[in-house]
Amino acid sequence: MMHAIQVNGLTKSYGELAVLQGVDLTVARGAVVALLGSNGAGKTTLVKILSTLLTADGGTARVAGHDVRSEPAKVRAAISLTGQSAAVDEILTGRENLILMARLRHVPDPRAVADGLLEQFSLAEAATRRVATYSGGMRRRLDVAMSLIGDPPVIFLDEPTTGLDPQARLEVWATIKELARHGTSVLLTTQYLEEAEALADRIAILHQGRIVVDGTLTELKALLPPATVEYVEKQPTLEDVYFTLLGASQEGTTP
Amino acid sequence: MSTHLLPDTVALTGRSLRHVTRSVDTIITTVIMPIAMLLLFVYVFGGAIQTRSASYVDYLLPGILLITVATGVSYTAVRLFVDRSSGIFERFQSLPIARPAALWAHVLTSLVANVLALVVVVLVAVLVDFRSPAGIGAWAAVAGMLIVFTLALTWVAVIAGLSASSAEGAGAFSYPLIFLPFISSAFVPTDTMPGPIRVFAEYQPVTPIVDAIRALLAGQPPGTDLWVALAWCLALLLVAYAAAMATYHRRGA
Repeated sequence: MMHAIQVNGLTKSYGELAVLQGVDLTVARGAVVALLGSNGAGKTTLVKILSTLLTADGGTARVAGHDVRSEPAKVRAAISLTGQSAAVDEILTGRENLILMARLRHVPDPRAVADGLLEQFSLAEAATRRVATYSGGMRRRLDVAMSLIGDPPVIFLDEPTTGLDPQARLEVWATIKELARHGTSVLLTTQYLEEAEALADRIAILHQGRIVVDGTLTELKALLPPATVEYVEKQPTLEDVYFTLLGASQEGTTP
Repeated sequence: MSTHLLPDTVALTGRSLRHVTRSVDTIITTVIMPIAMLLLFVYVFGGAIQTRSASYVDYLLPGILLITVATGVSYTAVRLFVDRSSGIFERFQSLPIARPAALWAHVLTSLVANVLALVVVVLVAVLVDFRSPAGIGAWAAVAGMLIVFTLALTWVAVIAGLSASSAEGAGAFSYPLIFLPFISSAFVPTDTMPGPIRVFAEYQPVTPIVDAIRALLAGQPPGTDLWVALAWCLALLLVAYAAAMATYHRRGA
């Protein structure tokens, strides 16, 4: 079976600094895999190698069946990159960003594609406003919408919710779940453990240049000693308080 | 994927031209410095400068036009740097496009923006009594020379935009280019300058370019200056293009 992403022994150094020291990772077709790691662990470096923006020093990586080194054009036709590593154009309007992306992906009727996505991502009203005036959540929704043009089978989401408020984060989560339902393979990098728990079929942890753990959440939990039962008084979390107080507006925006 | 070079370049040029038209401040600052210099030299210093031209503004304009281009290309470098640092350049590079289109879009945008700035500066010069007996052919030669000069400096700007580590650094590369016309025949005849400076002034590229444009605008034959100027511009264009492409490939995948 052909995997969406297959990485073997990937290495990359910046001068003396060895960022990736033999990364092995597999993303099955249609799966959402979360890549966890602290700041500077090399998550973004790995994503950039897989999206053909950087060349690895050693090892192999195949995306959608194509080698990133020898067939970069075929890889680019099969992927899209969003989040921290890919910006939206702040001077253009939301619609102009989508039309530009549709033209660069060479899809027929860029305008119709843009209008459809504006509707789907609740950005129709803001379509003719410059992106500089958008909120963080709207901007990230536009970012994800741009990455869907041309239906790429593999999507890289590089820290898609970093810097977002809790409300906007839930909006982006809902979008990612929707993606997964349509069979798109997703490699998601994040620093937030609860994000990986909420979205991913499998979780891989990148630490000191290697994948130290790779498995489902249940498998990962099984690595620890069996759970002990404790009785604790259940206090509401700050998140519960936040969303209870903002309850009305939350229902309005979370699909 | 190079089959897409033309449509991709058109799409991306449309985008960066919008950046120019939507930030009116950059258009104004591009032309305000050369216009201020034009007025300063015509009305303040000009009276004390001896040239062989009948009016000082006729003598001065070619140098001011080169300074206009030198100021204009600094924004090209800044726009490219901002695209790189914001991450949108990487987004474009991760798409199935003809990759050089991302650079060509900036180059064509630079050309359009600079041509607009040059037209504005010439119109202002006409307002302060610049007059030229030059015919269509001579004006076409001047336009051609300025376009080649703009392309050459634009590719220098691409090197700066690709290698700078800050927006200020990307823009600052043009300071020496703006300063170079001062040590040339652009503002004063070189024969008043002392020995070594005069030698430098007479053999640096700005002097033949300025002399050729000045002769063309005065309705006189530019002589060998035209070919020397063209040779300088084309040589700079080729070297800058090669260096910019090398920088691009070293930084890219």
